[in-house]
Amino acid sequence: MDFTLRIWRQKDSVSRGELVEYKIHDVSEDSSFLEMLDILSENLVEDGKVPMAFDYDCREGICGMCSLTINGIPHGPENGTTACQLHMRHFNDGQTITIEPWRAKPFPVVKDLIVDRSPLDKIIQSGGFITSRAGSATDANTHLINKGTADYAMDAAACIGCGACVAACPNASAMLFTSAKVAHMNSLPQGKPEKHRRALAMVSTMDDEGFGGCTNIGECEAACPKNISLDVIAHLNRDYSIAQVKSFFKPYV
Amino acid sequence: MSLILSFLQSTIGRKSLMALTGFVLVVFVMGHMLGNLQIFLGAEAINAYAYKLHNLLPASALWAVRLFLIACIAVHVWAAVTLTLDNRKARPQNYYKKRVIQATYSSRTMRMSGIILLAFIFFHIAHFTVRSVPSMKYNEPGVISKKLDASNYSIPTEVPLVKKGEAVLKNGQKIMTFNVHDMMIAGFKSKIVSLFYIFATGLLCLHLTHGVSSMFQSLGIRNSFWRIRLDRFALFYGWTVFLGFAIIPIAALAGILTADPSGGLTSHAQILKNEAIAHELYSQELTLR
Repeated sequence: MDFTLRIWRQKDSVSRGELVEYKIHDVSEDSSFLEMLDILSENLVEDGKVPMAFDYDCREGICGMCSLTINGIPHGPENGTTACQLHMRHFNDGQTITIEPWRAKPFPVVKDLIVDRSPLDKIIQSGGFITSRAGSATDANTHLINKGTADYAMDAAACIGCGACVAACPNASAMLFTSAKVAHMNSLPQGKPEKHRRALAMVSTMDDEGFGGCTNIGECEAACPKNISLDVIAHLNRDYSIAQVKSFFKPYV
Repeated sequence: MSLILSFLQSTIGRKSLMALTGFVLVVFVMGHMLGNLQIFLGAEAINAYAYKLHNLLPASALWAVRLFLIACIAVHVWAAVTLTLDNRKARPQNYYKKRVIQATYSSRTMRMSGIILLAFIFFHIAHFTVRSVPSMKYNEPGVISKKLDASNYSIPTEVPLVKKGEAVLKNGQKIMTFNVHDMMIAGFKSKIVSLFYIFATGLLCLHLTHGVSSMFQSLGIRNSFWRIRLDRFALFYGWTVFLGFAIIPIAALAGILTADPSGGLTSHAQILKNEAIAHELYSQELTLR
């Protein structure tokens, strides 16, 4: 398969970037999107040019490192798929593909398609932990959790922290990410003790990092490679409001 | 105090204020629509309704409600403006190519529909509440106009309060009230004004189609089960409000609604007259037999 690629090239965080057009030929339809970029990089190196810089790690769709906006959609057109698990057979031969990095103020471009996603780590640091004893694993069934709750928490915990929700949102809001973490921990008994503190702290960090607000349009849910539902955002809204009311009457020290 | 401030500064806090004020306005708009639809019951019904709104409770209560609604709009707009500015800042560099995956048109155009609706609310209040729109100034209150001249939108402002076709008496005096019925019809004489009303209520439909469901999300009382149902309810609500409001200027333009300078007296008198004629004809027929 042959493609025309329009890829964002940016030397470093301070220089101005631009879309550069490349032609690539004889790509196997079974190659993944990242393998296609690898081939492009090899071609560039052969021509004595600087290869493509893009984030990746596991290439199994579970690490959350890949961060490509492909034809205007984070992780590309396939539903519930990371860019590394996206295969070239989903594109048409001869198609022009535009590849851009995540675009958000808290995610400055480091180089080419690599962005700095450490603001998501800061959100986790502010509340993504539990305060109970963390020694060896407890015996099975010491905490009885009903199936519905366990499934719900597991679905929320499926978030790989890639930031596609931020990239897809017209407001560059990190609500889906933050709420997935909050919903995951707040719905389980281990995370309950600091439920309200967590909601307040993580939302406060999220806002301070410069992410936008949620307008409930659902683009994040549609772009999420793990199909995390908007339900978790409602969960965060609920927990946050309750936490605000509670802290009004009994402020946390 | 700082806690309240932190709530107001947070995106979620402002969103919940937006949802709460939105809820008040959503309920108001339905009540307003149902009230307005009484115009189809004739001048008697809608004038009596307007009289009740103004006189059932003391004037201070009416003003309290008005100020509350204005405050709701103010908070709603303030939250929308500050959130929008924050959201703009969150993406300084836009995508060269961006595709919408599934977001509905109404959800993406809330700001556009909201801004035009705000302009409409100003116009609407100037038009029908303050009645200060040039070329649509009605007679000064307290003056009973004898002539009805539709061409210059001059209408009688004070008519007797009518119940079952007869003027309501209080201490032997007729209770006078503003002729809301004719004001509405005269107000919709202008095609441009009517079209603006229809357009604005269309935008209101668009705004509500997203807003009525979205407010539950902002308050955290929605899940995927209810989301589908609330989205459908919002669609139904938006269209109901649109049709309920738009039908009045449409009916006025189509000539289905006509001015009633008596405030409901004539129509009833006409019915009585017709009945009398019918009775007479019937008795004539009896005598002929």
